Amino acid sequence: MMLRSGRMKTEKYLQLFFSAIGKATLELIRNLGAMALFFAEAVCKIFRPKQFREIIHQVFYIGAKSTNIVLLIGLFTGMVLGLQLYYTLIKFGSEGVLGSVVSLALIRELGPVLTAIMITARAGSSMAAEIGILRISEQIDALYTMRIDPVRYIVSPRIAASIISFPLLTAFFDLIGILGGYLTGVLLLGVNEGAYFYRVQAYVEMKDITGGFIKSLVFAMLVSTICCFQGFFTNKRSDGYGARSVSLSTTAAVVLSCVMILVSDYVVTSLLM
Amino acid sequence: MQTPLIEFRNVSKRFDDHTVLDNVNLEIFENQITTIIGKSGTGKSVLLKHIIGLLSPDEGTILFRGKPVHEMKKAEWDVYRSRISYMFQNNALFDSLTVFENIALPLRQTTNLRNREIMRKVMMRAQQTELFDAIRKYPAELSGGMQKRVALARALVTDPAIVLFDEPTTGQDPIRKNTILSMIAHYRRQFGFTAILISHDIPDVFFISDRIILLWDGTVAFQGSYEESTQLNHPMIDEFMRSLEGFQDKLTGLLSKQVFKTRYAMTFHRGHIDATVSAILFTVGVDLHAESYDAPLFETLRILGENINDYFAPLGGFSARHGRSQILTVLPRVPIADAGGLLDSFAELLQERALPEIEEMVQRSVGDDRCFTIFIKAGIMEGSSSEDLDALMSRAGSNQRTVAVYNCERGGRAA
Repeated sequence: MMLRSGRMKTEKYLQLFFSAIGKATLELIRNLGAMALFFAEAVCKIFRPKQFREIIHQVFYIGAKSTNIVLLIGLFTGMVLGLQLYYTLIKFGSEGVLGSVVSLALIRELGPVLTAIMITARAGSSMAAEIGILRISEQIDALYTMRIDPVRYIVSPRIAASIISFPLLTAFFDLIGILGGYLTGVLLLGVNEGAYFYRVQAYVEMKDITGGFIKSLVFAMLVSTICCFQGFFTNKRSDGYGARSVSLSTTAAVVLSCVMILVSDYVVTSLLM
Repeated sequence: MQTPLIEFRNVSKRFDDHTVLDNVNLEIFENQITTIIGKSGTGKSVLLKHIIGLLSPDEGTILFRGKPVHEMKKAEWDVYRSRISYMFQNNALFDSLTVFENIALPLRQTTNLRNREIMRKVMMRAQQTELFDAIRKYPAELSGGMQKRVALARALVTDPAIVLFDEPTTGQDPIRKNTILSMIAHYRRQFGFTAILISHDIPDVFFISDRIILLWDGTVAFQGSYEESTQLNHPMIDEFMRSLEGFQDKLTGLLSKQVFKTRYAMTFHRGHIDATVSAILFTVGVDLHAESYDAPLFETLRILGENINDYFAPLGGFSARHGRSQILTVLPRVPIADAGGLLDSFAELLQERALPEIEEMVQRSVGDDRCFTIFIKAGIMEGSSSEDLDALMSRAGSNQRTVAVYNCERGGRAA
């Protein structure tokens, strides 16, 4: 009798466990599907009339206003790369290739990834919070009542601006990063200046630059879609209402964006290799 | 029979297990002001959101000119939507846009008007809603009342055919409350739109409403005119009307229309079946050029109401506001000769006390650069208690003469 009761309990727990996994999986698939549709709708509406001004406004906010922080992070990333790689390469007597290693690391990986993460922290979080507040204060409903498509007016310009800004900022990051490597490698540690720039020129190929830009485009689409989606559907959250739901959406937007940047980085790198 | 502009047929709406609208049937007619009243949380805003398509019914049909809206093609639906404007309960203004940009937003985004034309329309609405000085400010820099007016200006800037007002006067002082209600009535006459209001401002809202819909526990308990609502023997209506009895007209401080009628009936139905009654109908008016400035009119009405109450109440008279700018005073069992004498004394009192107050108010609220005339007329008529009150009021109205005038053209002084 006790044995049967114990078995029934185990079966019940297993059932609950698999049911929870199934539910979470279905929820994930549903959210991914909804996000994909949301992205497709927003992209289609980029090309509607009256969008130019809003896109320029968002390029200024997402792109121009992020430049300083991206340049700062790029400079220090390049400097620390120069420092670390110099002391590693000198063990093999290969400090002459410092320029190529720093530039390839930046152009292929660190540039697109760190730029995307920095923009997520600065502009992505504010996108989610701003749209979330628009939602909870009925401003999105107000747009609908004024026959202004909220996706066209709010989401499409942000996605378009991200697609424009991410590659540009990545290019700035790469350039300033290579300069950072030069500062530590050449000016501080005495690597030959000509060798540094020669290696950069000799080893960096067009496909490396293209690959970096492809990544930054993918990150732009992912980050802007995730942040806008989280903000836009703040009211659908089951774990909080009002200001709390906005804060949860913002956190979710940043965390999910960062995770997706790294996951997609691996996937895109695999495809490009 | 007139076809309703909008009709709800057996509409139900649930949120999870909570039924907000339960088999609602109602009709809204063109070019009328329909007011939806009811306790908080009875689904008034939900009902309004169904009309504009922000929510869809779980059951039932919403018809526009007899055609179900859910069967409309995209083009038809767009045309339907383009005719409707919505003013939200919490205003829903864009915090990052200035007052000007907020009002201009629907014009900029949904029309191809030139900037100059947009500016003209926006400035006109801003002036009408007394927002001219705040046009470059952000919503956060404005008071709650001003934000309400920005939302109102934005709702009206597209010249819509149907305007849905979700509690447009909440948070306003009595003067502005009446200004907004008056503006709704004024624009309705001027542009011929259909207004659907949700309001708790009873009895103020009754002065401008053609039809009243009482929503009670998610169902329509009553729909019809105000007069019909007071005569209906329905437990819900009784409860609602009883709850109104304590209300005064907030602007004038006089009795509410409902309490006035109750008191009139009680005064004349206690053994005095056919008693003499004198009625004085006061009307406040402004000259043509001042029509867009409602504040002086309502301020004058407030001052007049206070004076009437001070003068006639101790003499057994009782008064209530009728219509936008009229006050009816009833003097039970006072013959017309005596009532005429009282009115003459009151007119002197008005000249002495009320006009300086009106002058000060005009200079404060309008400024010295605008000039117009405000006049108070009064008509007196004797009748019997068995006579219909509206007929008596009408006769008194046809017998009006001017008892006080403020005219700033005469050196900026009251005349």
